[in-house]
Amino acid sequence: MKSAVIVFPGSNCDRDISVALKKFQIKNEMVWHDESDLPKSDLVVLPGGFSYGDYLRTGCIASKSKIINDVIKHAEKGGLVLGICNGFQILIETGLLPGALLRNKKLRFISKNVYLKVNNVNNKFCLNYKGKKIIKLPIAHNEGNFFAQEKILKELEDSDLIAFKYCDVNGNTNEASNPNGSSKNIAGILNVNKNILGMMPHPERHIDPVLSGDDGSFMFESLLKSF
Amino acid sequence: MKISANIIDKHGIKLNEYKKIIKLIGREPNLLELGIFSAMWNEHCSYKSSKKYLKTLPTKNKKVIQGPGENAGIIDIGDNDAIVFKIESHNHPSFIEPYQGAATGVGGILRDIFTMGARPIATLNSIHFGSHDHPKTKNLLNGVVSGIGGYGNCIGIPTVGGEVKFDSTYNENILVNAMAVGLVQKDKIFYSKAKGINQPVIYVGSKTGRDGIHGASMASAEFDENAEEKRPTVQVGDPFTEKLLLEACLELMKENSIISIQDMGAAGLTSSSVEMASKGNLGIEINLDKIPCREEKMSPYEIMLSESQERMLLILKSGEEEKAKEIFKKWNLDFSVIGKTTNTKNLILKESNVEVANLPLSSLSSDAPVYNRKWKKNLESKKNTTNKKYTSLNLEDSFKTILKSPNNSEKSWVWEQYDHTVMGDTLQNPGGNSAVVRVHGKDKGVALTVDSSAKYCLANPMIGAKQVVCETWRNLISVGSDPIAITNCLNFGNPEKDIIMGQFVETIHGISEACKYLDFPVVSGNVSFYNETQNNPISPTPTIGGVGLIKNINLTMSHSIKEIDSNIFVIGKTSGHLYQSEFFREVMKIYDGPPPEINLFNEKNNGLIVQKLIENKLVNSVHDISSGGLIIALAEMCLSGQIGTKMKVKFNKINPYEFLFGEDQSRYIIEVNEKNKKNVCKILEKNSIYYDIIGKTQKEYLSLNDDFNIKLSDIKNLNSLWFKDYFKES
Repeated sequence: MKSAVIVFPGSNCDRDISVALKKFQIKNEMVWHDESDLPKSDLVVLPGGFSYGDYLRTGCIASKSKIINDVIKHAEKGGLVLGICNGFQILIETGLLPGALLRNKKLRFISKNVYLKVNNVNNKFCLNYKGKKIIKLPIAHNEGNFFAQEKILKELEDSDLIAFKYCDVNGNTNEASNPNGSSKNIAGILNVNKNILGMMPHPERHIDPVLSGDDGSFMFESLLKSF
Repeated sequence: MKISANIIDKHGIKLNEYKKIIKLIGREPNLLELGIFSAMWNEHCSYKSSKKYLKTLPTKNKKVIQGPGENAGIIDIGDNDAIVFKIESHNHPSFIEPYQGAATGVGGILRDIFTMGARPIATLNSIHFGSHDHPKTKNLLNGVVSGIGGYGNCIGIPTVGGEVKFDSTYNENILVNAMAVGLVQKDKIFYSKAKGINQPVIYVGSKTGRDGIHGASMASAEFDENAEEKRPTVQVGDPFTEKLLLEACLELMKENSIISIQDMGAAGLTSSSVEMASKGNLGIEINLDKIPCREEKMSPYEIMLSESQERMLLILKSGEEEKAKEIFKKWNLDFSVIGKTTNTKNLILKESNVEVANLPLSSLSSDAPVYNRKWKKNLESKKNTTNKKYTSLNLEDSFKTILKSPNNSEKSWVWEQYDHTVMGDTLQNPGGNSAVVRVHGKDKGVALTVDSSAKYCLANPMIGAKQVVCETWRNLISVGSDPIAITNCLNFGNPEKDIIMGQFVETIHGISEACKYLDFPVVSGNVSFYNETQNNPISPTPTIGGVGLIKNINLTMSHSIKEIDSNIFVIGKTSGHLYQSEFFREVMKIYDGPPPEINLFNEKNNGLIVQKLIENKLVNSVHDISSGGLIIALAEMCLSGQIGTKMKVKFNKINPYEFLFGEDQSRYIIEVNEKNKKNVCKILEKNSIYYDIIGKTQKEYLSLNDDFNIKLSDIKNLNSLWFKDYFKES
């Protein structure tokens, strides 16, 4: 399996995701935002960070960068796209995923481990979460408060496109287990064809038991398995 | 323009210093030159009051690659890996503009690290605020925490540890001390010393603006009632540009193009050019027309004294300019050849081909004034005689009062605003003894901590300073590391006052003694004087940042209790020192009396044994006992592991208050399972280590004899209440 990680000025989780991909034997290439063509890849990752310093609006300037046209083409052809944190924000700005990511409800940056309910395991990113309903991953963001019109939220729910929801250790999704004010406790969503996943939590930071968890590993194993 | 006495005074230069300038350069300086002298001769840059004493600190051992005097200190951690680290203050700017002051404090210390060729891997910080009910505190705390987070989160370097303290002596002078740590290959270290004449001098990074002009001079004077008017002297940070600068510099460093490199920190272009050239015993000539400026018509004076952030000065090998330029172009950063090295040993500045300044470099560096200031030994803090009244107090209530106090509250409100897991190598999060960060791609790690104990230092600067070094050492031991070296940030009031100078001299003495005994050298640091407003100085606050090596990360130790029915040992003798304890201060409101004594012999012995027990996998968890005493340390262990403890103690020589709240030093709590108990006792006895077994771990309750039995969830609630209440959050 081949992947490409797009590096924007201000990306800062690009190394972390490439370490994770390599660990799971996914052959990765780093692609500078200014390139016009993607190398041949099965998976494109938009990493976390502060692309363009979050100026204007998070993810906005990155969504207009040169390489994005090719990322969109790749997605339209059914290629896999994973956007993590800032990558999720960029995916929304490109229109590949619906909704908006607002500032966290308490208007503060939040960096902590959270529990997540894996809502949909029938996609290439989450296959291996089957039977492992509640997982723990870190979040670290200022703008992760997912917002969308009622109609869109309903579509997401009806079509089973919510990948992850914030919950507590027992799987309760409520206000107390919602760290940033996201509608329906949404932490990650899929597109209709389920080849694009945008998520705020960082699976690439939890891939080793010596860290405070390794629940991120299952995502990379899923990706590998789907090929 | 004639230099008047008023202008000299405004530059913070004393009349006798001005006379010295005239003598050194053989004429009166022009205004630009006076500005340059002001920037180089102020306390912040010249260390004129502290130099004499800093020289007495131990700075070497076999692991030290670079001691004080460079951008940061460097230690050898084996396998061609080296750790670069330093702590620095950004106190004055943070009080005037908390967000930008703290943010640029982080940015500045990070540049010191990557200037040396290292990729930063972590930052830590020690922040001190005034009393929680002082009207400025809430805003300052909020601003500083968001500023530290804002910068570190954006640049993508984890903020892994630190401390937050409150005390009324910081009401008008907060402290923001930031430490950064980087990883470099031993044979790829870059230094600031210029070499060779006619080599191109390059300016890279952000453009120069009118911000931060005379920032270093501002930080070298006391505040008066008009402190807020100094806002324009505070720099404005842009972590995005710093991220680009970091990547561009590290990319260029892979090439063989750089002779030397220096960041533009305090006193900007002035101090960076002067330092590079004078270290190389060369001269430097700068064409000011070539400086990338953010604003139009900036004068030479403004250009030379601006403290705009995210700028670097490089000396390249002649002919390497184009290659370097390409890299900076890729990262969208300014790149300009602004001058060259010369053999004149002078700093020469030109504007439109006219020489606007010409100063011998020695007059700015080696000939800068050094003072032997008068100092007075601090009086011993007298014991208060009312202290015996406490035995009528309820033990449980006293414990709860301490738990709820701002200084002893759990600080996740703070560190959850810092990205502490980016870079994927953070093994131990904030909240433990030390942070542990893995050396990327390897099985070893570094333990990092930052500590201060101003309450002890005010009561007795010498003992207090010793204690801080020991606490740092203890924190590094507790995670299973081998302590290697420290960096120090020395925060004091006005050194022109003999009592303050006395605090400083005694502090250096204390640090020195402890560091020598523990073979724990000082490899970098910074002095911040004039933390004083209208004759109210801060408590003497030496902040110590320590680094230790963990050879095998699988042996990293945490302070979380691991299992029920294991034994709780206290290593080191509990004699019940209550003066300066949290119990006396928070419960009894007694603030005088001496701090606990430090016995360096016991400190070292106890520490080395704990280290050995960890290495031999004989302990489940370890925590050092510090502020708050045994009960606070034990409660932290229980909360972290979600397992309680049943203490059964017979009181003969000391009473329960002394037992629970005494702040006797050199102690650790260790958790030992039944299987290892005998063996551990044997080892401790064989090495003549004093220890007590105070109880066993149990489910969800923390109890002492029949005195109290408290549910962990109640302790947790009380301990996390304060920040939520303070910021009115549910």
